[in-house]
Amino acid sequence: MAAPLIVARDLSKTFLVARRRGGALGALRGLVDRGGTEVHAVAGVSFGVGRGELLAFVGPNGAGKSTTIKMLTGILVPSAGEATVDGLVPWKQRKRLARRIGVVFGQRTQLWWDLPLIESLELLRHVYRVPADRFRSNLAAMRELLALDPFLATPVRQLSLGQRMRGDLAAAVLHDPPLLYLDEPTIGLDLVAKARVREFLAEINRDRGVTVLLTTHDLADVEALCRRMIVIDRGRLLYDGAIDDLRRRYGTHRTLVVDRDGGAWDVAPPLPGAELVKTEGPRAWLRFDRQKVSAADLIAAVAAGAPLRDVAIEEPAIEEIVRRIYGEGTGAAVAEDARSGRTASSGGTLPADEPDRDAPRIIPRSP
Amino acid sequence: MRLYLEVARLSFRRHLAYRAATIAGLFTNSVFGVLIAAVFTALYRDRAGDVAGFSLPEALTFVWASQSLITFAALWGWWEIATAIKTGDVVADLMKPFSFQGYWLSRDLGRAACHFLLRMLPTFLVGGLFYDLALPRSPLTWLAVAPSLVLAVVVSFGWRFVLNLSAFWLLDHRGISSIAVLVVNFFSGFLVPLAFFPPELRAVTNLLPFRAIVMLPIEILLGQRAVAPALGIQLFWAVALALLAQAVLASAVRKVVIQGG
Repeated sequence: MAAPLIVARDLSKTFLVARRRGGALGALRGLVDRGGTEVHAVAGVSFGVGRGELLAFVGPNGAGKSTTIKMLTGILVPSAGEATVDGLVPWKQRKRLARRIGVVFGQRTQLWWDLPLIESLELLRHVYRVPADRFRSNLAAMRELLALDPFLATPVRQLSLGQRMRGDLAAAVLHDPPLLYLDEPTIGLDLVAKARVREFLAEINRDRGVTVLLTTHDLADVEALCRRMIVIDRGRLLYDGAIDDLRRRYGTHRTLVVDRDGGAWDVAPPLPGAELVKTEGPRAWLRFDRQKVSAADLIAAVAAGAPLRDVAIEEPAIEEIVRRIYGEGTGAAVAEDARSGRTASSGGTLPADEPDRDAPRIIPRSP
Repeated sequence: MRLYLEVARLSFRRHLAYRAATIAGLFTNSVFGVLIAAVFTALYRDRAGDVAGFSLPEALTFVWASQSLITFAALWGWWEIATAIKTGDVVADLMKPFSFQGYWLSRDLGRAACHFLLRMLPTFLVGGLFYDLALPRSPLTWLAVAPSLVLAVVVSFGWRFVLNLSAFWLLDHRGISSIAVLVVNFFSGFLVPLAFFPPELRAVTNLLPFRAIVMLPIEILLGQRAVAPALGIQLFWAVALALLAQAVLASAVRKVVIQGG
């Protein structure tokens, strides 16, 4: 039974933010009395990540995603709690861990700005002391996977954001790290570049067995890539589980789109257990709770009122679901969780290969 | 070790790229060399003999040597690390399995090697072509200048490294920058040879590291100072500043890992 790659238990990080006082007198007082306000960037987060997982941290800006990642790389020391990554305590064994992880910060670069991309990549062979032949084959693989060849000889400062991100992705994995952290890897990229980043992540996860942990606030990343996601807000875990479960649990509302055959909807369609969102010419959108009415019944009812040409059912976007979780924080689902005994303190210790690992947990926000 | 050589090589190549800056800089250094040489020539015209042990050719050698040291020893400031701290790119370097200080020292030595070829040698050659300089006849003296120059860069780097790390605490380095440039220019002997200073001020400069950056290499070149003790003083400051830098770095890293920088 393989141990999980990452175990985090009650990980917390509190920053002291200096209080700013107004006026000259206030500034003077600030020099003497450095009192500040405590900001709980991460407040008691527990989770486990198994080898080979591809997992997303989702949350709005300032939710604590980056802070969590930084603690797991060792660049930040937590205020409380513990964590191990590949058996190491990150902030105590940062340099040792550095050889086993790749890190990409979406808005930063580790590439040498003025030099051709290839120079920065070649340097990494020496930074990580990768055997020459191993390095050559890795570089060849990355050149193909990320299509680096057209700009390998271009100075990094002349690269587009998407090209630079591809360069940074290659730079992060050339030393064969079993674990790759990415903080907002798709931020600022256009759709094509985003798709390429996702393809890359899926491929190194699948073909090279790299465990990938990324943060994002683009839920399309999550839908395209991950089976499991962790929703985090204001430093707390709101959800940890499979995306499908999240949909099942929160996404009870779906939308039926019906196209009328001939003419517009001058009278509203019959709505047993559904509400009319809008009509547009012959097309109408009906939002319904699938626990109250089945799609088949609803379609039958609408079809009885008017001849239909086409029907479609729209699944709720994860985005909307997550917005609901943010909005509720605590809710029916949480009460349910409390009953089943899944709370923040018990959930994080789940070993990676326990059978119910994929079972979601929704963690109540403390008052 | 191989890594640090590679870093220095990359840094060398990187600085090689700025062709326009090289030509403009060479021009500026030469113009100032001519101007300052004119001042010294005027100073010596009405005097027979030396000023504070400097003959006119020695004074002119000082002028051209100090001009050629400007870029080589980064006398006018260098804020690459501070910039990386501000942008946050420094985090990537801190997460690498290498010595952060060693990495930046290698980068700076690569930079200095490039500036030696592109800026220092040409500037000094301009001076040598158009002025009567007091150049050493013994190849041994030239040989002694080489390690002295390397040590000058290492001392200068230690000082700049510490200043750059202040960016972990301060929002802006411009205040520190202007003071630091003034201090280095004055106490290193860049503006006028330290021998020209009154004794009290000389006593102060003897306690500071800055003469190891400009004055000592020039005094070795001019044969005004015994080589071994001069190199010894430079070595002392190189080590002392490296240790100081190490301590400041440790405290900066402690701050970053606790406060998030």
